[in-house]
Amino acid sequence: MSERTLPLVFINLGGEMLYILDQRLHALNTSDDNSEKGVWSENDRKKVMNDIVGTMFGKDFMDELLKPQQLYSHRTMKTVLTRLAHASIMRLNPASMDRLYELMVMAFKYQVLLCPRPKDLLLITYNHIDTIREFVKDTPVVGNKVDETHRKIIEIYSSLPEGEFQLLRQTLLIFFQDMHIRVSLFLKNQLQNPNGRFALSTSGPVPYGMDVPGLIRTFDRKGREVRRSEFPTGGSYTSPIRKGCFELHGDRVIRLGMNMYTVNHPEETHTSKTDDTPNLLAKEELNLLARLMGSMKADDMPKTETGFQINLFTTDQEEEEEAEASSGAEEPLFGVINIQAMQDEQAATQLAQIAGQFAEGEEQPENLSSSKGDDLLAMMDDL
Amino acid sequence: ISMYHKEKSIQVKNSASALYNNLGVLRIAPRHLTYFTVVHANVVNMVSASWDGLNYSHRQLQSKEPNVATSTSLIMQAAFCPLPSRDLLVVTSQKGIQMYESDGSIMVYWHALDTPETPTAQAVFARGISAVRESYICVGVSSGAILVFDVPIKGSNITLSEVLKEHKESITDIAPECSGQPGMECIADLVSADDGGNLCVWKSGEDFQLLNNIPGFDMSCSSVKLWKGTVVAGYGTGQIHLYEAVTGILHAEINAHARWIYSLDIAPFSGLLLSAAEDSLVRVWHLTMTPETNSVEVAHLHNECVTDTQICGAKFCDGDGYAFAVTGYDLSEIIRYTQS
Repeated sequence: MSERTLPLVFINLGGEMLYILDQRLHALNTSDDNSEKGVWSENDRKKVMNDIVGTMFGKDFMDELLKPQQLYSHRTMKTVLTRLAHASIMRLNPASMDRLYELMVMAFKYQVLLCPRPKDLLLITYNHIDTIREFVKDTPVVGNKVDETHRKIIEIYSSLPEGEFQLLRQTLLIFFQDMHIRVSLFLKNQLQNPNGRFALSTSGPVPYGMDVPGLIRTFDRKGREVRRSEFPTGGSYTSPIRKGCFELHGDRVIRLGMNMYTVNHPEETHTSKTDDTPNLLAKEELNLLARLMGSMKADDMPKTETGFQINLFTTDQEEEEEAEASSGAEEPLFGVINIQAMQDEQAATQLAQIAGQFAEGEEQPENLSSSKGDDLLAMMDDL
Repeated sequence: ISMYHKEKSIQVKNSASALYNNLGVLRIAPRHLTYFTVVHANVVNMVSASWDGLNYSHRQLQSKEPNVATSTSLIMQAAFCPLPSRDLLVVTSQKGIQMYESDGSIMVYWHALDTPETPTAQAVFARGISAVRESYICVGVSSGAILVFDVPIKGSNITLSEVLKEHKESITDIAPECSGQPGMECIADLVSADDGGNLCVWKSGEDFQLLNNIPGFDMSCSSVKLWKGTVVAGYGTGQIHLYEAVTGILHAEINAHARWIYSLDIAPFSGLLLSAAEDSLVRVWHLTMTPETNSVEVAHLHNECVTDTQICGAKFCDGDGYAFAVTGYDLSEIIRYTQS
């Protein structure tokens, strides 16, 4: 379907990821645990944000995304977003990444579903960009990258007709289909029902440019209105919301895409019932993925390997127990995935191995034999 | 008393995707069966339901085209094409057009779309399906072209007879004149709609003839119907417009829905109109023609709200509009309503 989804998907999912990371990093700092692992200073947090945003909005990476192409699978998305998160000194274990991804996707699904007009997808994207700009406001180099990308998005998307935006939206809705993971924050605010489905209102303002339903007008052959009648709408609609600003800066009017998470309520980011459907990467996707990873410049990667291990989400008791057991040990219990950016065919194999680690029910082995990667690729060819 | 009441839903193997006109219905009177189709990503879910409500059988059709081992392509639409001699099921996707026997058992024809080597910004797909007159099936393409296929009485010797190049934007929907009155001479046989809201009215034949072009207003027309010479068009603005097909004269304008309309249907024998949108509402209207004044009247009859659902398909199950069925994004069921 639409060949233009990727840039919007990355900016919006990436934006949600940054909102959640920001909240969780603040939460870590307010914990009672004062061990070296637990303390994140204001500077540490800013560095994490700058590193991730800098990579996400890097020219090569964005140019790669802006090429017309089909939307990736969830597995590929998760792999690339993990890589983005690891562009900083932070290291996320797979369980944390799974939770993070669930949250990001459900938040974006909500935004896309409730988007008043298809074109308002841009306003949702700009809300994310606006907040990202705030996160990196003290680092002009990174801020410029954000502005540059924002300008490119405006240039490419502003003139698209509504029908194309609806196609884009429909493509995204297929991507989110059947995902009903419950998110504490959404449940609390009654945006989501206990069965995981989002609440859709039949009242309130209609989207900008639309008329309030309820009127039938009949005309004669000369075009003159001869009759007006009203009908009951079954809802209570009011006049349209104002037009949001589609420029670099301005009032977006709609609130979808703004940061919902507050620093003081870490429990908001709890999810329940993961809905993992196994999805093998097609070979073409692996190649695209390799190119994408390659476009994240190796130079920008931190030279030191002494990344901080963090459990973002300690909802599993098992997770906590294992974390306790490993504290003080040299090697962490969960294998740390260090993905280096490479530009050749071998990268595809390696990435397949890495991606293979996300397969449901699999162990997290430290050393993957190359034959396992070959098997995975061989499986793809049969698709 | 409410005009319609809800019946038992039909469970479907997958949920419906958010696509325009995402429900196909074919009534097989001699066998007391109704076929339903619902599109989910790259799969068409078919259900055959017996009228007594006791027997349901399911089948799935994939969009994987023969002899091509690439990644699967997404389906845009599945629709039944009832012709005098046979009924076919047509499935359109990003890769091409598949035609099956109406029970989905055998694929009788495959037409590949011209897809570029490297993806271009303009998406390529087929969308908009209609049977016309005795032997034609028309299918729209994202470029705006309409492919006209000539269908023999039986067998798989279906041929591409003509390509109509009038629309400049992606086709959204195509519909035949459905007045259902044998012998009634209708001037226009077909209406096609596109993403800019433009409507083209055609006369079918060896060479299709363009009778009229009703310009849009830069808003997608997602669903269109043609009944007794009147075009009924549903738009992304939630509006429904009624036009006289051959002249383009606007009969009526309805501010019908608060969100994008996804599906329209007409029950030809009674003049009932069904509209469904992302706003969770299905509405039933009545159209009255007054031949003396050449005018059309619209009356609103009924609303159904499908809670927390963005509706993507709605169709009458019979020519009188006695029953209708509804699909919604992320819902794995076909919801049915019957007159009380």
